[in-house]
Amino acid sequence: MREFWIIFKQAFMTKAKTKSFVITTVLVVAGIFLLSNLPRILDSIDGIGGDEPTTLKVIDASGQLKDPLAAVLQSNESDITVEATEESEKELEKQVRSEDIDSFLTLSLDETNTIQAKYTTLSSIETSLPETLRNALQTVQAGVKADELSLSSEQVDSLFTQVNFEKNNISASAKSEDELNQARILVYVLMFVIYFAVILYSGMIATEVATEKSSRVMEILISSVSPVKHMFAKVLGIGTLGIVQILLYGIAGFIAFKTSPSEATEGIGSFFNVTDINPMTLVYAVVFFLLGYFLYATLAALLGSLVSRTEDVQQMIMPMTLMIVAAFILAASGLGNPELVYLKYASFFPFFTPLVMFLRVGMLDLPMWEPLLAIVIMLVTIFVLGWFGARVYRGGVLMYGPSRSLKDIKKAIQLGKE
Amino acid sequence: MALQIEHVTKRFGDFTAVNDLSLTVGEGAMYGFLGANGAGKTTTFRMILGLLTPNEGTITWNGKPISYTTSPHIGYLPEERGLYPKMKVEEQLLFLAELRGMKRSDAKREIGGWLDRFEVPQYLNKKVEELSKGNQQKIQVIAALLHKPKLIILDEPFSGLDPVNVEMLKKAILDIRNSGATIVFSSHRMDHVEELCEQFSIIDHGKQIVSGTLKEVKRSLGKQNVRIRSDYKLDALAGLPGVNSVKPTIEGAVYQVDSDETAELLLTEALKAGPVRQFEIEEPTLQDIFIAKVGKEHA
Repeated sequence: MREFWIIFKQAFMTKAKTKSFVITTVLVVAGIFLLSNLPRILDSIDGIGGDEPTTLKVIDASGQLKDPLAAVLQSNESDITVEATEESEKELEKQVRSEDIDSFLTLSLDETNTIQAKYTTLSSIETSLPETLRNALQTVQAGVKADELSLSSEQVDSLFTQVNFEKNNISASAKSEDELNQARILVYVLMFVIYFAVILYSGMIATEVATEKSSRVMEILISSVSPVKHMFAKVLGIGTLGIVQILLYGIAGFIAFKTSPSEATEGIGSFFNVTDINPMTLVYAVVFFLLGYFLYATLAALLGSLVSRTEDVQQMIMPMTLMIVAAFILAASGLGNPELVYLKYASFFPFFTPLVMFLRVGMLDLPMWEPLLAIVIMLVTIFVLGWFGARVYRGGVLMYGPSRSLKDIKKAIQLGKE
Repeated sequence: MALQIEHVTKRFGDFTAVNDLSLTVGEGAMYGFLGANGAGKTTTFRMILGLLTPNEGTITWNGKPISYTTSPHIGYLPEERGLYPKMKVEEQLLFLAELRGMKRSDAKREIGGWLDRFEVPQYLNKKVEELSKGNQQKIQVIAALLHKPKLIILDEPFSGLDPVNVEMLKKAILDIRNSGATIVFSSHRMDHVEELCEQFSIIDHGKQIVSGTLKEVKRSLGKQNVRIRSDYKLDALAGLPGVNSVKPTIEGAVYQVDSDETAELLLTEALKAGPVRQFEIEEPTLQDIFIAKVGKEHA
């Protein structure tokens, strides 16, 4: 057991002390703080440069549209002010061309009292200003038409009364729409974390094992400690490193959201709905992260033991990486509709479970047995893979030469047995 | 009786890497393993270390099979750089020493002495990949010897070292041997084996061709060279019984003979012909033996 902990400690410490690890961790923590304070930072940038109130020149042929438009814009708290002008359309066009003004608006009423508006500009990407104007003019138009029909303002309001529309999903596993929207963001974020963590750390394991092999340290190691012990110490060591790193991010995130000004938390915090997080979703996230990690890490160690050069690692773990990517695509496809039938089946396939079952359990009210069964299937798979991996590993670590295909597994088992 | 290898055979599929190898290395002895590349030296070492299990035969250390419980007493230097390229020298040595059952504090104390001895104390906090190949080799040797092993297996310890460092390392190995450790090492440099080992084996294609002490082997080869320098013609000597071949030199000839008696006969006959300026019986060098036994197939 002593050797196990020595290797565990070595796997953990040497990685934790590398520059790349420290820098990544610091950068991500800084990113989290930056993100949580983003609204405040954006606000202060706005204050310095940005949005000066826009003044828009208006040719109002009817003479009765400019003032209502100004009034509507004001009541909408828009920072656009309109200014009537006597200049001709030609002159204004010239000014737009010479970029003295950005744009101007021509207004008139046709014979049916419908507003004819023309917005002239050089810029084709600007959409928010014309859109604001269009909406405001729509309101003005409603007023004009109401006048024409001699409707009172109450009558106008009653015309625009909103429909009372409520979704009622009676599927047993579905959550209410509100809950679903809350869960969606959280599940999406956690899915990403699981996905990246599994890819990153299992890749790390495969590379570590291949490095030890190519540098022949492996021969010294496995002459002091059994390959099986070495493999699991490695998997656990790197796994602990991953947990520590993610914990650091979690704590940083928690502090960042707690300490950022209330306005900002309203912005992003309400988006994430930090306060209403279902604790079970977090528990499942941890469980599926751990299971997913151990499943893929064991596989990665097995594959890493087959190559003799670190350059070949990527090629060797490619099928494994593709499997994680497939799991992620499946799960992502279910974010909109987690009740798709194929997701149900996929969620019990151990290599997809960590992401797909997590999606389902996070977004649906599943009967307890479903996630439990998936967890049991995963545990069994991890156990089998660990047993099988240990056999391959024993021979694989002694195998040198151009081994870069899965056929070498057979050779490795053979060598391990001898 | 320390290390005993009895009729060990190792096959990989159809390929026989080691074929019926037997040898005994006494406690405190230094044993040399000679062989061309691919002869089966590393496979033998891996079997001694317990990394591979022989198909036939047994390997014992002090009467017991080698397992992970004996590994703290074994020091191993793999053929290629067996170090983590990214780890610092000290951390690396501590890690490997701890793995071999040494206490961290003890290891820490010893490391300084070893680095001084190999004249590389300045590398204590350098990453291994920053060191030259020769210096990496020194660190690796320290890693193999640090935990004071009783059985030391060195696979090509002198490769990549300059002559000064080879001497330094030879001295270190001899010191360790004198302190009671048993050492097995492989090399394809005959001179190192000739200089260091009491006993040795030559392995070729998995088979042990020659084994024993240096003296025994040289005797058993049954061939020696007699070099004679003289002002007279010595052609008549070539026809004497027991002379296998003659190689003329500028002022004389070299005769290959079977026994000491033939050598004496040569001398008497040569003296009859006239004064002899030089008479020398040359023992075959290990190089000669190696070439005689293995070389033909490789030539």
